[in-house]
Formats: sequence, C-alpha cells, structure tokens
Amino acid sequence: MENAVAVRGLGITKTFGDIVALDQVDLNVARGRIHGLVGPNGAGKTTLLGLLLGLAVADSGSLEILGDPVGRTLAAPDGVSGFVDGPGLYPTLTAKQNLAALAGLRPRGARTAGIGEVLEEVGLAMVADDKVRGFSLGMRQRLGLAAALLTRPRLLVLDEPANGLDPSGKKQVHGVLNRLVADGATVILSSHRMDDLEALCSEVTILATGRVVFSGPLNKLSAEDRELDYRLRTSDPEAARKVARETPGVEVIEGSDAVARGDDLLVFRAQVAALDALIARVVRADIAVRELAPVVSPLEAAFLALTEQPAEGQSEPSHRPKHNLQEAGR
Amino acid sequence: MTATLAEAPASEAAPPVARPVPVGRVLRFELVKQFSAWRVRLLILLCWLGPAVLVFAIDQQSTLPSDTLFGRWMYATGWAGSLVALGFAGTWALPLLTSVVAGDVFASEDRLGTWRHLIIAIRSQRRIFAAKALASLIVILLLVTGLAVSSIVGGLLAKGDKPLIGLDGHTLAPGDAAGKVVLAWVCVLAPTLALVAIGLLGSIALGRSPMGLLLPMLVALGMQLAQMLPLPVALRLALPGYAFISWNGLFTDPRQLKPLLIGIVVSLVWAVVATVLAYLLFLRRDFTNLTNDGAGRRVVSLGVLPLAGLLAVTTGVVAAAGGAGGSGIEQDKVQQSVATAFAHLYRLQEAQMHRPPVTEAQLRAAASCLKTEGHGAQEGAGNDWRCTVTWHVPGVTLTGTSYYQLDVTANGRYIADGDGPQEVNGYFLIATPGGDVPNPLWQFDGNVDLLPTH
Repeated sequence: MENAVAVRGLGITKTFGDIVALDQVDLNVARGRIHGLVGPNGAGKTTLLGLLLGLAVADSGSLEILGDPVGRTLAAPDGVSGFVDGPGLYPTLTAKQNLAALAGLRPRGARTAGIGEVLEEVGLAMVADDKVRGFSLGMRQRLGLAAALLTRPRLLVLDEPANGLDPSGKKQVHGVLNRLVADGATVILSSHRMDDLEALCSEVTILATGRVVFSGPLNKLSAEDRELDYRLRTSDPEAARKVARETPGVEVIEGSDAVARGDDLLVFRAQVAALDALIARVVRADIAVRELAPVVSPLEAAFLALTEQPAEGQSEPSHRPKHNLQEAGR
Repeated sequence: MTATLAEAPASEAAPPVARPVPVGRVLRFELVKQFSAWRVRLLILLCWLGPAVLVFAIDQQSTLPSDTLFGRWMYATGWAGSLVALGFAGTWALPLLTSVVAGDVFASEDRLGTWRHLIIAIRSQRRIFAAKALASLIVILLLVTGLAVSSIVGGLLAKGDKPLIGLDGHTLAPGDAAGKVVLAWVCVLAPTLALVAIGLLGSIALGRSPMGLLLPMLVALGMQLAQMLPLPVALRLALPGYAFISWNGLFTDPRQLKPLLIGIVVSLVWAVVATVLAYLLFLRRDFTNLTNDGAGRRVVSLGVLPLAGLLAVTTGVVAAAGGAGGSGIEQDKVQQSVATAFAHLYRLQEAQMHRPPVTEAQLRAAASCLKTEGHGAQEGAGNDWRCTVTWHVPGVTLTGTSYYQLDVTANGRYIADGDGPQEVNGYFLIATPGGDVPNPLWQFDGNVDLLPTH
C-alpha cells in the first residue's frame, strides 16, 4: 500500500564538530503537498535539506523518505531531486547542454522527462541554446528547477527557488510546483519569502537554532487567540479610528510607519474576535471598508515571534514555543 | 518499521537508493565540462600548434638557443627541436598545464557552487573522484601528445629527418633518434602524472583558494630550484621532478638508465600516494556545510605530512639502494665524460673536414680535469672546472692537446667551452672544403651520471 507520508523524520541530530546543526528534529511531510521550511540563517534548514537529498547522514535519529529508511551511506533516495544553496549549473554550457549532461547521468531505463519539455515548462525554451553564463539569477533558478524536473521526482527539495524571480517568473514557478503536486509529487520548499510560502504551502516547519519550533498547517499559525497587527483603509479614516478606540479588545497603534507616512491607514492590534467586532461596527457606521490586511503575514509574525534570539540574561525562549506550537500544529 | 540511523549497521541498511551512475558516464560528463571551457580549448590549440610554429621559427633564425639542451643542434636535425621543446615543457609548460587542468578540476565546482548538484546527480563521491581524475588525465595526455607531435612535426618540416648528436657526442641514426625522442616524451609522463596528482590534492584541499590552482606550478618550481642547489644525490633523485631531467640519459652511449628509472619510479610513487591522499580528503569532505570549501586542518595531516614522509622514505631508499651520497659529480666521472664526448665530436669534426676516419680507440682521448685549479675537494658543481684533453692521431707521433672550461650544474649537466687551440676548439667555425661550418668541438653539452657507475 502506498504510504501517505513522503518524509518521516524522528529525533534527527546532526553536528559539525562542536556545532549542533540539527537537534532532535522531527519532521513529517504528507505526500502530494507543498511543505514549507522556514527559519533564520543558521537554523539548520540547509543541513536538513542536505539530509533529504542524501548529501549527508544524520548522527542519530531515523529518517524515512518515500517509505524507505535512509541508511548510513551518502546517497539520494530514488525519486528525490532538487537543489540546495542554488542550482548547480555550468556557465560554459548552454541551457540545453546542461540538461543533456544531467540526463546523461540518469540510469538506463530511469524515468526521465524530455529536455525540451522541462525547458518549456519553466519558460526557458526560447533560450535553450544560450550559454548559461549570460543568464540572470531568475533564469538560473528556473533552469535549476528544470534540471530537478528532468528526473520526474516524487519528492522535490528546493532551497530558495524564488530567488531573483520577477513576478512572471514567480508565477511560472508556482504553476510548475502546483502542477507537480497535483500529479502526486511532494515538494519541500525552503524560503525566506513568506508570501511564496503562504501562497504555495499547506504546511510549514519552522526551525530555530537547529530545533523545530513549529510544524503544522499554516492556518494554525493565525490561531484565534493570538493578537496580530492589522491595517485598515476606509472611506472615513477619522470615523473609523473613533470606532476602533471604542471597540473592546482593539488597540489602535498611533505611531506606526504607515501612519507616520501620512497614509489614510488605521493600524491596530487585535485578536480575531475583536477584529470581527470592529469590522461589524465600522460597516454599521456607514464607513466603507476598502482594504483590510495583516501588517505582517501570520507566518511572518509567527516566524518573528518564534525565532527571536533571547535577550541577554533571559532564558532561551524557543523551548516553550516549541512545545506549545508543536502541540498546536498537531 | 523505521530503522534507526544510530543503530543500523552499514550492511543492514540497504535502502533502495538509486544506483550510482557508471564511471564512464560521469567521465563523459566531466569531459564535456572540460572541453567547454575556453581555457582548455585554448591550451589544446596552443599545444598542438605552438611547438611546431616555435621550432620552425627558431630554425629560421640566425642564432640558436645554445643555452638549452640540444638547442645548438637545431640546424643539424629536426629531432633536436622536439628535445628543446621537451626541455622547455619540463620546466614551464607541463607544470602550467597540470595547474590549469588538474589544479582546477575540483576547485571549479567550489567556484561554481555545483558540488551538491553533482553529488545529488551522481550519488557517489568515489565515482566523482575517479571521473574527475581520469578526465584530468585524459586532457593532460592530449596536451602532452600535442606538444610532442607538434614539436616533432615542426622540427622535421624545418630540418628534416637527420642524425642527432647525443649528449656524449655520439651520432644517433635518424631512426634511433626518433625512437629515443618519443621515449623521452613518454618518460616525462611519469613526473607529469605526479604533478597531476599534486594538482588534484591541491584542488581538493584548498578549494576556492588560488593556491590550489598554483600548487603544481609552485611544487614544480620548488623542485627545479632544489635541482639547482648542491643537494645530496639521493634527495635529488627522490624528488618527483627529477624525471623531467633524467631523460637526458637516453642520449648517451651507454645510456644512463639507472637515474632515469629511479626518477620514473619515484614519480609514479608520488603520483599514486598523492592521488590516494586526494581521494581520502575528498571522501571526508562534508558537502552540507556551506562554509566548507576545502579540507582545512586535514591538509596538514592528510596532505603535507604524508608527502614529507614519502620524500624522507624515498630519499632513504634511494640512498640505501644506490649508494648515492655526496654531489655525484666526481673528478674521474667528469674526466671520463669530457674525454668520451671529445672523442666522438673529434670524429665528427674530422668527417666535416673530409679527413680519413679515425676510431675512438685510435684516438685514445683522455681528459685531466681540475676544480678550482686543484685546490679543495675535486668534486661538485661549479664553473671552475678546467680540463686538458689529450688524444693521438694515427700516424702522428705528437699528442694533441686542447683545453676546456667547464660549467657543471648540480644536476650533472655541463657546458664545455673550448679554450684552444684555435684550429681544434678555439673558434666557433671551422674551415672545410665546402666552406665554414659550425665547429662541434668549440662548445658542447655533456652529462655526468650522478650515480656510481660501477
């Protein structure tokens, strides 16, 4: 029977000398999903992606990829593809030659997509015969994605695939990933672009200092009992501000950047219930709501809250959120 | 059930990972990359055309590179041009080529940030190493072949397939010269392989650092410098670069094969040891650590120390096996070498002047050589050797006498400069019935076998 879990990691620990890169990391990624991996620099994301791609072996813990346990030898499990730390491309070769060289490394009889097909898929068919030397960062990213697609992966592991992409390139890459997932593949995506992750991922794992501080569905991050900052644009800012001040549970933030810029924005902090009440009151007061959005996305807010370094003299904060949020995510 | 990494022995862990790519395909991939680089294409072009053009051009000049071994014979035969190119290649071209090719083959992946991509695609560090080492070797062989073929073709086009004068003045027939020239090029493959291996080691150990790229060149220059110093013969022969010089022994009669074979064996041992060290360093590299682009402290434990140990061991072995102590340049050897070369070249001079042929046995040439006018130890390198050569001409009761000033270098090579009488060796031209021709006894190159000859 086909396993519903693409990646199952339990208590994974990886050290480099004295540095603990991963500390008892648990990771569960369901098949057919795009799973985000977030964390500040040095959190252990690349190390974790490296383990998934067979670039390193964990010191302890267990890791199962696509239903098969990962052994102690360095080797990528079959069906896994992707890149970490940018796509590996050879500037003296053309886009087509890069992919052809890679295709030539595939075992005989292995599932391999057509070179023209994957170039078309990532929108690089027109520059197939151009040397990669002249490619922009975004084009290289897309070619790296094409190289990963060449192997028809069942698990695609990508590190910052949206780096350098313009809006149309981003749209193209999102389309490719969504199609891949629709066909049953699983994608693990590491990125600092919260908008990308929110647009693509159903679940995320947040790492900080080598530990998992959250893992679960995105909507759990915007839990109703957590306060968030919102911005509200209305037809009558002054009247809206007055209503907000009178609404219980809503705290108007006067000194925000948006207000300081002179925008007709109301910035306030509230839980979801208070937010609902405020909007109802604003509408009842005949004030038209033109825009309502969180100042920072729930994911970004959670990221900042969960990964902030402890101030001097304070205890490490990541222990507590790790426990609470992991529970929440389950 | 999930296996636990910490507990799973290697033999039990048999996950269905994709099979590693065969080395042949990885090699093809590496060669595609090598040949797509403009610098490799340029080197191929230069190696296959440059020597021919250079040798041909030198042959058209009015002066010859007489300070280069065989340079003074470039007018006489096409084979000399290739040997001049070989001397230049051993000094400059081959270290440079190994630096550019082998010294960059691993470092280029660091520069391009393609290591992880390569590991994921190929799934075997061992095969990546094998393919990269083989690809470097193939490119280097292609370049060396180009140098050899091109220089031979250039020389033959310029001066034709004529007899070559050996390092002891004896004449090699064109066929013999051809065989020995090709053999000499084959012999320098051994030290070239040693430099390739050192290049691989540097490329792995030093990553993006330019030192990795320069290592073969620096090692080669260091070894050349060492060959110029008054080192003990055993240490001289234990350096992998000695075979860049010891091919000279092919062009004496009898051939000086012992130093040549020792040089080749030492070079091959260095090539194997440096390759194994490079392999061990490569296998220990961690490709998930982004800040790691080299071997760091392992360079000392797995690079420098083992090679220093190898040098010490080979020096000891050569000293014990060959009895090679001191400078190897002793008075009787110098005298023997000068007398032999003089006798051979005297016969050549006689032939040029259309005189009746004489044999070496009839000439009974002998040399008496003194260093620093007989003061101090009569051995070692220096330009203060002075030789008096005597010989007998059949039918003439007088003994002929001529003088030479010798500049002997520490590697056993010397230039003998004639000091008269003028009609024998005092002038660079001699009058023959057909006009003035270069005087073979005026200046000649010679070679002292550094190892004990009996």
